[in-house]
Amino acid sequence: MTQGIYLDNNATTRVDPDVLAEMLPLFTEQFGNPSSMHAFGAAVGGKIEWARKQVQALLGAAHDSEIVFTSGGTESDNTAILSALEAYPKKKSIVTSVVEHPAVLALCDYLEKKRGYTVHRIGVDGKGNLDIDAYKAALTEDVAIVSIMWANNETGTIFPIEDLAKLAKAVGAVFHTDAVQAVGKIPMKLADSAVDMLSLSGHKLHAPKGIGALYVKRGLRFRPMLRGGHQERSRRAGTENAPGIVGLGAAAQLALHHMADENTRVKALRDKLEQAILAAVPNCFVTGNPDNRLPNTCNVAFEYIEGEAILLLLNEHGIAASSGSACTSGSLEPSHVMRAMGVPYTAAHGATRFSLSRDTTEAEIDRVIEVVPGIIAKLRSLSPYWAQEAGKPKEFAPVYS
Amino acid sequence: MWNYTDKVKEHFFNPKNAGALDEANAVGEVGSITCGDALKLMMKVNPDSQVIEEAKFQTFGCGSAIASSSALTEMIIGKTVDEALAVTNRDIAEYLGGLPPEKMHCSVMGAEALRAAIANFKGEEWVDDHEEGELVCKCFGIDAAMIERAVTVNGLTTLEEVTHYTKAGGSCQTCHEKIEEVLEAVLAKTGALAPAKAHAPGTVGLDAIKPLQPKAEPAAAPKLTNVQRMQKIMFAIEELRPQIQRDGGDVELVDIDGKDIYVRLTGACSGCSQSAGTMMGVQAKLVEALGEFVRVKPASLLPVSAN
Repeated sequence: MTQGIYLDNNATTRVDPDVLAEMLPLFTEQFGNPSSMHAFGAAVGGKIEWARKQVQALLGAAHDSEIVFTSGGTESDNTAILSALEAYPKKKSIVTSVVEHPAVLALCDYLEKKRGYTVHRIGVDGKGNLDIDAYKAALTEDVAIVSIMWANNETGTIFPIEDLAKLAKAVGAVFHTDAVQAVGKIPMKLADSAVDMLSLSGHKLHAPKGIGALYVKRGLRFRPMLRGGHQERSRRAGTENAPGIVGLGAAAQLALHHMADENTRVKALRDKLEQAILAAVPNCFVTGNPDNRLPNTCNVAFEYIEGEAILLLLNEHGIAASSGSACTSGSLEPSHVMRAMGVPYTAAHGATRFSLSRDTTEAEIDRVIEVVPGIIAKLRSLSPYWAQEAGKPKEFAPVYS
Repeated sequence: MWNYTDKVKEHFFNPKNAGALDEANAVGEVGSITCGDALKLMMKVNPDSQVIEEAKFQTFGCGSAIASSSALTEMIIGKTVDEALAVTNRDIAEYLGGLPPEKMHCSVMGAEALRAAIANFKGEEWVDDHEEGELVCKCFGIDAAMIERAVTVNGLTTLEEVTHYTKAGGSCQTCHEKIEEVLEAVLAKTGALAPAKAHAPGTVGLDAIKPLQPKAEPAAAPKLTNVQRMQKIMFAIEELRPQIQRDGGDVELVDIDGKDIYVRLTGACSGCSQSAGTMMGVQAKLVEALGEFVRVKPASLLPVSAN
């Protein structure tokens, strides 16, 4: 099999060869424990501090000590929320959105059910934009933390993080943002921002899996989730994942370098793909907000067919994409993001996400444009909702259980 | 990526008997909107021989839904309607060389469409009575709806009982938290568990113990004298001691005050996180030995005057 066409970069990205090259010595020659007094340790410690500066630069943070390395986005999200709750024990409310990643939503569900917190989940409109009035109404002095994602993983829709953060600060709440999809694609200057904490994940930006970071603004009350050694200035105990950290540092450096490419060439490829599909396939539409979203993400809902079947046929053509369909996850519900936007079930199950990266080429996009219409037509010919001859939807009302 | 068998892939990529069947005289339409699948099964049945001569399907659904539909049509063509009724969803899954547990409902949909179509042929009304929920136990393919039913119908109250009745959680045991959540939700709804009745300090989970089934009529049971009763209690506790001593602890009877029996846990038991469980075990043993309900309390709760 050839390499295939990988358009699932919001799920994970390929480790950049330059990133890998930076990491490899950390497995062999530079294996010391950075906490050790000898030269073996010191060499590694120096590399880690170099990596911290690269992440600082990517985020536009004021101080490199504001970067805490973690195992990834989920750990960063959990750490941020639990830290704020512990730092402000008298406050019993949490504000988040209905379209967050499970790393935030499942934790909030748990805190609501088992720890007695009140969770305000702010809704979105049909294009995935946050309901600002509901957000303002939920902000009170009782709110310990607001956790709202910077950009949505399924649709790429971007939330107005700076405005949201300022509103949260006005009532004395800690503001956290899950920015795993946004970092490296949206320019950031956290030094001038009201954002208190920010989660990022290495494997979404061409670093390996198992490494991430949490930005913690200087002066913010912080309580660690993992206690133990003094690593990360006692904010995240445990011997450092030195190869991962150095990989993340190298990836951050490259992301800054390629940010313009993401927002021009990659964006143009995404637009080309999307327009070609919309032109060639009837009964499909873009989900999320097309005017305010990540440059690499395109989510098209194909009506009357189911996403997993689409993915299996795309896979036969060597094309990797992703779906909000229930059947790809083993849950029975289609994506909570699609449902939150009010996308009808018949379309939500056919929502298909193509997420590009700087590795994506025009030839690949042309190939996808070539095969998608045939795949959709084939599945629609099997669908009871679709009248073959007429080539349009028809009445079908099965007995629903 | 699902681990589909070659047979599933074969029936998905090249489905048999897909499309509409205009001369159908038996049509079944079923679906589950939340899961995002729907199936229309069309059959041409010979009215004299009752043989299914042709069968076609149209399916909105995932790979295994389409494969299950395709397999179903292959399995029933040539059978009489009565023979076809014997086809179960397990047969469809087996025909396909097995389905992932999360996907078994696709075969269920096939079996239901078949029953709906046959009912349609016979002029009967067909009612779909199956429901499904989130898959809880992956090892045995048990979903939340099935656990809810088992709990409600059989009056189950513990995780162990759920495992005995449904097998859920009996293998890899990673779904125990989910099972307990379902259990709690059902019990809260039915009120079988009076939730969070505050325990007196130091007493343990008394309301978690089911009332004794009145095997013998309590009134008919010979009433024990105080001495006999005390001896029974002492004897029961003596019987328990070796077991507790094995864990480095001990239990000692301190006082009996009607239904309240005061004991002292010592050795490794004192301050042990499992001591609540130990107390419950002692209580269960005494209830069993006496045939009456008693409360076991730690000696520290003895009324001051009694000390």
